Amino acid sequence: MPRFTLSSTPFDTATLRAGLLDASVGAYASFEGWVRNHNDGRGVHGLHYEAYATLAQTEGDRIIDEAVAKFAILDARCVHRVGDLAVGELAVWVGVTAAHRDAAFAACRFIIDEVKSRAPIWKHERYVAGGAGWLHPGGEEIR
Amino acid sequence: MTRVNVLYFASLRDAAQVAGETVSTDAADLRALYDELQARHQLPFPARQLRVAVNGEFANWSAPLSEGSDVAFIPPVSGG
Repeated sequence: MPRFTLSSTPFDTATLRAGLLDASVGAYASFEGWVRNHNDGRGVHGLHYEAYATLAQTEGDRIIDEAVAKFAILDARCVHRVGDLAVGELAVWVGVTAAHRDAAFAACRFIIDEVKSRAPIWKHERYVAGGAGWLHPGGEEIR
Repeated sequence: MTRVNVLYFASLRDAAQVAGETVSTDAADLRALYDELQARHQLPFPARQLRVAVNGEFANWSAPLSEGSDVAFIPPVSGG
């Protein structure tokens, strides 16, 4: 079963969390990224995530493999939404289990940072004042 | 001539006005292919701001083209 997944529908974090827990787990850390109503001073109505699914899957699993190798953790999962999302919806979830909290926190941070910088997923924002645009950090502004 | 299937995402797809196309080209490597398509579609990034993938795996810009392969140009990502 892949440890990184893309989801085109809302998902339940309690189920994901329960799937990670067992008697060897002493610490669980998670991160949730939510769609907020503003970005860079502009009101945001909602957004659309597009992914190159094949490569996002491979790269997401690779990131979690790296986290398992780098930190003293037991397991990890990440789910990222694709498609249309409204303000207030959960966009991305990371869950990590470990014997102790230091590794759980560090691996959770590593996974979300790497997913944001490496996974081929793109955010298209729709603005309250009208208009919309792709976000391409470090690239030229596209409107 | 080599035929490859090119995939466009996000603002590159908007600029190309297609999600993908089959291209016949004499380009010697992936960078030359991108330069050719950037000029044709007025794609909004130079190659140095992108990554490139072949058949679902990241690749080097200097790799030669392989007949029938899927080539994806990856603009700066913004997940999370």
